[in-house]
Amino acid sequence: MIVAFDIIILIFLVITAVISLRVRDLLGATMVLSIYSFLMCLLWAEMGAVDVAFTEAAVGAGVSTVFLIATIYHTRRHSSD
Amino acid sequence: MDLLNQYLIPHFNYWAYVILMMIGMHAMIVKNNLIKKLIGMSIFQTAIILFYVSIGVKEGADIPVLHHHAPEVAESHTPAADPHHAVDPDHYANPLPHVLMLTAIVVGVSTLGMALAISQSIYKDFDTLEENEILAKIKQGGPGIDV
Repeated sequence: MIVAFDIIILIFLVITAVISLRVRDLLGATMVLSIYSFLMCLLWAEMGAVDVAFTEAAVGAGVSTVFLIATIYHTRRHSSD
Repeated sequence: MDLLNQYLIPHFNYWAYVILMMIGMHAMIVKNNLIKKLIGMSIFQTAIILFYVSIGVKEGADIPVLHHHAPEVAESHTPAADPHHAVDPDHYANPLPHVLMLTAIVVGVSTLGMALAISQSIYKDFDTLEENEILAKIKQGGPGIDV
């Protein structure tokens, strides 16, 4: 575990989490959530949990983004908050 | 200052996980849009997984995959007595929380898919994803309510 790398990724994680909840455009929020998932995957790979990291990269950053985009395509893109 | 050095600095992962969990919980409670609530739920889940993975971390530990020193093992016929072959668990990160959280990630994505399907069904009935508008339409007893 590299402490400096860890702290930088944790700071970016909090920033991306806040941005994805603040953005009014739901497609943009989904993209920022995918960046969040990828940062989480980097953090776990760095912590030595490589199996969790590649599952998160495939499932968290991949499949859940596709699900969210499909739902936004079938509903509407704008959010009130 | 002593308290800071003892609790805050060595466990900064835990503090980040608490912050992320509170961001997710705040979104689930306060946000009006159903998709935003689900994004908050996703953040909540990954924060808890981050906590569990942090438990398994050891200082100076390697990933939990055994290194086999094949030529040395082949020469010495007593592998247990060979100091190079003995497995010290302190050299590897604890794999048990990793395996548990692997299941949690898959369950999390299936929960998200289910919730998004229900959101699409709600949109088909109420023509909106905002919580206050849905509640107003339910109170009016307008179309789309066949309960």
